[in-house]
Amino acid sequence: MRLNLKIWRQKSAKANGKMVDYTLNEVNPEMSFLEMMDVLNQQLVEWGDEPVAFDHDCREGICGMCSMFINGRAHGPMTGTTTCQLHMRHFKDGDTIVIEPWRAAAFPVIKDLMVDRSAFDRIIQAGGYVSVNTGSAPDANALPIPKENADMAFDAATCIGCGACVATCKNASAMLFVGAKISQLSLLPQGQPEREERAIRMVEQMDKEGFGNCTNTGACEVECPKGISIENIARMNREYLKAKIAQK
Amino acid sequence: MSVLNSKIPAGPLADKWKNHKNSIRLVNPANKRSIDVIVVGTGLAGASAAASLAEMGYKVKAFCFQDSPRRAHSIAAQGGINAAKNYRNDGDSVHRLFYDTIKGGDYRSREANVHRLAEVSVNIIDQCVAQGVPFAREYGGLLDNRSFGGVQVSRTFYAKGQTGQQLLLGAYSALSRQVSVGQVKMYHRHEMLDVVMIDGKARGIIARNLVTGELERHSAHAVLLCTGGYGNVFFLSTNAMGSNVTATWKAHRKGAYFANPCFTQIHPTCIPVSGDYQSKLTLMSESLRNDGRIWVPKKQNDTRRPVDIPEEERDYYLERRYPAFGNLVPRDVASRAAKERCDAGYGVGQSKMAVYLDYASAIQRYGTLEANKLGESQPSAQRITELGTQVVASKYGNLFEMYEKITGDNPYETPMRIYPAVHYTMGGLWVDYNLMSNLPGLFVLGEANFSDHGANRLGASALMQGLADGYFVVPYTLGDYLADDIRTGSISTNDPAFDEAEKSVQDQINRLMNIGGSKSVDYFHKALGKIMWDKCGMARSEEGLKQAISEIQALREEFYAQVRVPGSANEMNPELEKAIRVADFLELGELMCYDALNRNESCGGHFREEYQTEDGEALRNDEEYSYVAAWEYGHGKAPILHKEDLNFENVKPSTRSYK
Repeated sequence: MRLNLKIWRQKSAKANGKMVDYTLNEVNPEMSFLEMMDVLNQQLVEWGDEPVAFDHDCREGICGMCSMFINGRAHGPMTGTTTCQLHMRHFKDGDTIVIEPWRAAAFPVIKDLMVDRSAFDRIIQAGGYVSVNTGSAPDANALPIPKENADMAFDAATCIGCGACVATCKNASAMLFVGAKISQLSLLPQGQPEREERAIRMVEQMDKEGFGNCTNTGACEVECPKGISIENIARMNREYLKAKIAQK
Repeated sequence: MSVLNSKIPAGPLADKWKNHKNSIRLVNPANKRSIDVIVVGTGLAGASAAASLAEMGYKVKAFCFQDSPRRAHSIAAQGGINAAKNYRNDGDSVHRLFYDTIKGGDYRSREANVHRLAEVSVNIIDQCVAQGVPFAREYGGLLDNRSFGGVQVSRTFYAKGQTGQQLLLGAYSALSRQVSVGQVKMYHRHEMLDVVMIDGKARGIIARNLVTGELERHSAHAVLLCTGGYGNVFFLSTNAMGSNVTATWKAHRKGAYFANPCFTQIHPTCIPVSGDYQSKLTLMSESLRNDGRIWVPKKQNDTRRPVDIPEEERDYYLERRYPAFGNLVPRDVASRAAKERCDAGYGVGQSKMAVYLDYASAIQRYGTLEANKLGESQPSAQRITELGTQVVASKYGNLFEMYEKITGDNPYETPMRIYPAVHYTMGGLWVDYNLMSNLPGLFVLGEANFSDHGANRLGASALMQGLADGYFVVPYTLGDYLADDIRTGSISTNDPAFDEAEKSVQDQINRLMNIGGSKSVDYFHKALGKIMWDKCGMARSEEGLKQAISEIQALREEFYAQVRVPGSANEMNPELEKAIRVADFLELGELMCYDALNRNESCGGHFREEYQTEDGEALRNDEEYSYVAAWEYGHGKAPILHKEDLNFENVKPSTRSYK
């Protein structure tokens, strides 16, 4: 396969960026998208150019590090798929592929396709935990949890923190990410003691980081590689509202 | 007399840890506030250690090279975590978990360490549940279990195929809580490039800020390396792209001994290689061997579609060779058996280097059970398949999806093709019972140390060990060491040792940047990987290992003459990061071959072709090799071997039989 690539190149956070065209011959349809990028970078190194910087690590769809906006879609054209799990068999010979970084004020570009997502860490630090010190836990089976609740909590907990929801949202809202963590802990008995405080603190941190609000377009749910449900945003809003009303 | 003192406490095995905890020194809460601890790596071991130590009051600095501590590769562990809870009432106990782990490790691990691991395993599950980790549960609301290879009980706790993710996010949340209260200072996108030794003690690190390229000095009273394994020396492995040996290798160069480096685990169920461009291999969880059946055609070079090959023309070789454990033999045994069949010409797929993992009979079995449960008296074949597919999807859905994404085949309809791949490294820096290396103040946790898995790790034991070390071992043993440091005061980063360490890092970076050759870093990494896989992989021989050593030496020379690192060192430069890591892999690979050459026996993941039984099983030599091989860095000459004898007082080493 022969591909035309248009890739965002930006030397550093402060430099101006631009789209640069590349042509890649002999792309194998069995390659993953990132392997295609590896091949491009090999060529660039051999030609004496600087390779394209992009984030990636596990390459099996779970670490959440890869983050490309491909042809106008977060993680590319396939649903439920991270960029590292996207394969070239879904593209055709002669295709033009436009590759950009996540675009959001709260995710500044570091270089080329790499962005700074530390805002997500700060939101979790604001309350995305159960305050339990090592060593003080009761027996794991002391407290039965209905399977249905455990399963719902698990579904919310599968968020990989990649930021596709933010990148795809026209408001750059982080509510799917924040809602998933608030939901997980509010559905479990272990999360109850700090339930209200958690919702308030995480939502306030989210606002402080400069993420936008939700206007119910549902794009985040569609583009989420782990299929996190938008119900989590509704649950977050309910949790936040209840907490605010109860706030002393 | 060996220079290695394992410091295993005296007394009966089951009381060692309890007595040790009761007798070691403590640091009082006020003094903890004036003690700094550096934790490198934020996977299960690092995040759990950093969080636990911070909760106790130590001032912690934590480092990771990823953009967030939540990305560490522990996140990719799929199947589960073992614990001797005996919730199944199937005869499990601390002793049985200890015994299974010692036996699974082919009698090349320390009894005392492994027993402690089994003891604390039960606390880990409690801790994780309290953090809100959503383990799989039964309808009654209690925790569910599954079984894993090499054991005959069900003791594995799991969260679908994402157990590592859920456990890591639990540890990450505990870490985040400590960051928020200022007890942990988190440095992401930072890579440790040297350990700083002052007066013979580890007192700090040199780290490179990967965004700006600046070298930074960080001091502390103790340094914990929780930096994972070195499987990427093979280039292709199930590790993340960034997983590397650099932190432990730099410590090795500073004097820390590297133990059993040749003990690498080749995991039997991975998606096979498809081409030269391949960047990594993807594991299919061992839990799939619970229900899947592994087979190859009975005829060589059989090109029929798998569904067209009738039952009587299939060779379920694991069930045939190992009737007692069948498809659930340990990983090393299953991997070698797959290689044996493929080498003999029975492999399947384009490359002929794959075997089938088949779910057809599991779908039928579950479908029939489900129909009975629903009271459907005479379900059609189609209905059984439909119901069975649903059950299999609920258990392994995400793994099946992943397989389909990567290969384009639907595993519900056609058997998966799998082949062994490098997965885990049992070797690592040598540590004593307290998890301290031979360098005072340098502790090593999780996969980065060598301690608990001997020559082969059992499934679902890596998560257990990482969290055991971080939550329940080092918080005790570190205090014993730091009790001498309560009056030391903070360590200055102006000490000449910091100047020297920073200069050596800067010199190495300058050297790499100035080579200006014509070949990419990946070219050398792939070449090294091929040497390692061919000659120090699933089967090793004296001749091959000797060749490998000279080939690696030549490749290293070529690397320093021909590599090209574009860009500059004062910016985000992923090629430079890779070059620094590959330079260390080029030294490690040679050491692994020395270790494999020294060990004239076959045990666990180390299989020497010269040492096998008539029917091709590993032939251990307890007379001569019942020791830990701890290597001292040779500084340009051959590495120096130190031996720690293994004493088995509670379990008598026997030939592992899974027949």
